[in-house]
Amino acid sequence: MDPKGIDRILEKYEYKDSAVIAILQDLQEEDNYLSENDLVYISENLPIPLTRVYSIATFYNAFSLTPRGKYPISVCLGTACHVRGAPMVLDRLRLELDIDVGGVTDDGLFSLETVNCLGACAMGPIVVVGKDYHGQMTPAKVGTALKKYRKPSKE
Amino acid sequence: MKSINTPQELEKIRKEIVGGRDPEKPCIAITSGTSARAYGSEKVIDTLRAALKKQGLTKKIDIRITGGQGFDEREPLLIVYPQDILYQQVKPKDISEIVSETLLGNRIIDRLLYKDPQTGEKIANKDDIPFYKAQTPYVFGNNSKIDPTSIEDYFTIGGYSTLAKVLTEFSPEQVIDIIKKSGLRGRGGGGFPTGIKWESCRNAPGNKHYVICNADEGDPGAYMDRGLLEGNPHSILEGMMIGAYAIGSDEGYVYVRYEYPLASENVEKAIEQLRDYGLLGKNILGTAFNFDIKVSRGGGAFICGESTALMASLEGKVGEPRAKHIHTVESGLWDQPTDLNNVETWANVPLIINKGVDWYTGIGTEGSKGTKIFSLVGKVKNTGLVEVPMGMTIREIVYDIGGGIAGNGTLKAVQTGGPSGGAIPASLIDMPVDYDKLKEVGSMMGSGGMIVMDNKTCMVDIARYFMNFLKDESCGKCTTCREGTRRMYEVLDAITKGEGKEGDIELLEELSWIVAEGSLCALGQTAPNPVLSTIRYFRDEYDAHIKEKSCPAGVCKALITYSIDEEACTGCGMCKKICPSDAITGEKKKLHVIDTEKCIRCGACMAACNFDAVTVV
Amino acid sequence: MIKFTIDGVEVQAEEGQNVLQVALDNGFDIPHLCYHEALEPYGACRLCQVEVTKGNRTSLTTSCNYPALEGIDVQTSTDKVNKARKMVIELLLSRSPNVPVLKELAEEYSVGEPRFKLGDDDCILCGLCERVCREVVGVEAISFLGRGSDRKVGPPLGINPQTCIGCGACAYVCPADCIKIEENENERTIVRWGRTLPMKKCKVCGRSFAPWFQLSYFDKITEGIPKDFWEKCPDCR
Repeated sequence: MDPKGIDRILEKYEYKDSAVIAILQDLQEEDNYLSENDLVYISENLPIPLTRVYSIATFYNAFSLTPRGKYPISVCLGTACHVRGAPMVLDRLRLELDIDVGGVTDDGLFSLETVNCLGACAMGPIVVVGKDYHGQMTPAKVGTALKKYRKPSKE
Repeated sequence: MKSINTPQELEKIRKEIVGGRDPEKPCIAITSGTSARAYGSEKVIDTLRAALKKQGLTKKIDIRITGGQGFDEREPLLIVYPQDILYQQVKPKDISEIVSETLLGNRIIDRLLYKDPQTGEKIANKDDIPFYKAQTPYVFGNNSKIDPTSIEDYFTIGGYSTLAKVLTEFSPEQVIDIIKKSGLRGRGGGGFPTGIKWESCRNAPGNKHYVICNADEGDPGAYMDRGLLEGNPHSILEGMMIGAYAIGSDEGYVYVRYEYPLASENVEKAIEQLRDYGLLGKNILGTAFNFDIKVSRGGGAFICGESTALMASLEGKVGEPRAKHIHTVESGLWDQPTDLNNVETWANVPLIINKGVDWYTGIGTEGSKGTKIFSLVGKVKNTGLVEVPMGMTIREIVYDIGGGIAGNGTLKAVQTGGPSGGAIPASLIDMPVDYDKLKEVGSMMGSGGMIVMDNKTCMVDIARYFMNFLKDESCGKCTTCREGTRRMYEVLDAITKGEGKEGDIELLEELSWIVAEGSLCALGQTAPNPVLSTIRYFRDEYDAHIKEKSCPAGVCKALITYSIDEEACTGCGMCKKICPSDAITGEKKKLHVIDTEKCIRCGACMAACNFDAVTVV
Repeated sequence: MIKFTIDGVEVQAEEGQNVLQVALDNGFDIPHLCYHEALEPYGACRLCQVEVTKGNRTSLTTSCNYPALEGIDVQTSTDKVNKARKMVIELLLSRSPNVPVLKELAEEYSVGEPRFKLGDDDCILCGLCERVCREVVGVEAISFLGRGSDRKVGPPLGINPQTCIGCGACAYVCPADCIKIEENENERTIVRWGRTLPMKKCKVCGRSFAPWFQLSYFDKITEGIPKDFWEKCPDCR
């Protein structure tokens, strides 16, 4: 992100270093991941020691220090989803995308993550693609669910 | 927006709003919390708006968008008032029929009604539906009456009048006394008496006191707090303001987990509206009470549900807990006296003060007063959020409200308390839901997750699942939790892969001891519970995995094989088509065969087969 | 003065002291890895656990961060304490079987071959390095990264921490001896962090004695010290 954009975020949180988690979230929301340049900029301008920025960026699940796919995929592995077969859905996704958890497909379209409960258990197993929630997932439905994101017209 | 400066002005505004609304005016309420949105509720709402506009009915019929109303399984729910007809699983294509038939023609659309699976009866009224009938939704029930983004709606149900009463008629000590007498215990899982916590915090020396709402809700499978935050954020804010007054605090935080964006948004909106009406800041309602509140978002870490880790996170640090030789009520956020309570605990506060101690203590058991909201999920027919009086039995919840087991399985266990809790076997489900009783059987109340498991759930796999979760969520600071959970996971993983050996159970028990005794915080201290409780009640499953290398429930991939039954197979080829690893061969109309070497046990063939020909051995 | 007992022996402590420090001062040998008297107690290694009886409750607790309180009774070697100690050593040893201090502890407390798959980590995650860097030196050059079993200590960008002054305090406090320092005439390298800094030569004897960066940092944070103080090595001052 260009420095002006980061400055806007820092201003929004009044340059409070206790807001660093929210600052990083806003940054990742726009940029899809947290780049080294951006983290150094935040460290210098908030200001906050760079060690603290990296401790936080590597501690919390929300953050990714490597670029994610255009449509990050999150598979919920909460207990209710697990009992309803989420692990099998995850396996199917691994096969379908040919990547493991934490990876990005070669075309940069999808990345695969797991999340430890989205709190939408009634529709489990759930897979989030981009911002869309796909409920009652089964291994058999995976292919169809991903189809619409593969279409070039989908922006 | 006019500033409300006195309780009288609040009452005046309430009357004005109520007076300006016609209770008989047709209204359509649609659920649109996270679950409903995932089922497309936003499109339903858009379609409805467009349909009403087209027919010139926009001014004649109100639309009220609510949070979740409990029966999440059937969302989006659409309720037509004043007839009080509930339609379930409404889709955009149903809207035109609803408008023409029900709104204009006063006719009920049968196919959209709930159908009782036992009697086949169609039920139109929400309160007659078995899922709702046995509930006592004193806290959660208001979700159906309000739009969570409208403070005016909250005013109409008496919102903030309890705060007004407290500020003008009670001293802080009196408020604490009421909460103590009510027997309210922490709903986040700890079950600590709330009144005593408030009192200790008030009495702790220091000129800055904080109140915090713990909305981190990390237990997988539990989402009661999300339901409340999304659907009725003001109930929590009002509770916090009453608590802040009692404790002597002028600053509060709502710490919402990052995985709940809608909840966060709705709480922020609610706070903004409070500000617009002058109900935050200095001299609230013309009294000496000052208070302001902010929302803080988590970063994705289960450990941040632990109070000291949460406070560290609020301070902008990693969520590492600290030893609690000095309690957070004395030294918490920024080393100041801090009261931290769970979402549901806060939501109970206005109710208790409003209805009184006698009413509240009349509900529940000796040691557990009031109601509890549970998320009833897993292999149960009616999945959703349910609110019941403490003391109701698990059987009643699972069968009377939950409708029993989904699919054709039989109940095996009910897991409560999340990763800190335990599995309660089917033989014990006539026990009451009660803080102390649940502890006695090796589980705990926890935050309210109630996960129903059937005969196709492998309890060793469940223990492994929880250990996997805990080792990933461990902050890693202390040796016992970091290394202990990891080693327990390794032993369990080996067992599920058929590599278990004699002595593994004893090793798990020994590791459980050191992790529980030696860990710094409650994550580690309660981590062994799921393992110990499954060993206690399902030892035979462990033995089967270890001694016979078999998984009786048919789950552990290394110990099962998928095969196609010769008699049932019609040779339709659906399984072959769907198999991701090309493990199935067969010609059309002839028996298909699974190559066990290639099979990855994904279950896609079983799901695709319409003839129940795929079996697990 | 606060009076309490350790293994039946009466000891005295000042307000604010922790049980472990009082025990060590009085000759009681409680093993510990992540405690250092110059730093805030951390409570990570769990090795210093003892049984404390306060009133009518006895609990197993870490002694480094347990406050010295009037009338408590501390037991340093009960069955429970010994069992806990042995298991903590076993868990640490299975992660880091080649770390000398762990091997010594295993020998002293009769801990046999660990029952778990052996790792090969040379760091025991006690945190003393990052704590001394932050609390005493004040440059915060390194920190904990990651979470759970992925937790490790290191510079934010993986190598060459920009604020590190090469003082070597981290190497000095490390109980696992895994932070090595290499020096030649012109440079000092803190090997673990990949930090190399040029050394200043003493104006008098010509010997290299400290990194430039370290000296200029000390100059910045101190007051009233004449400039030529930093030009000479400690021997020549």
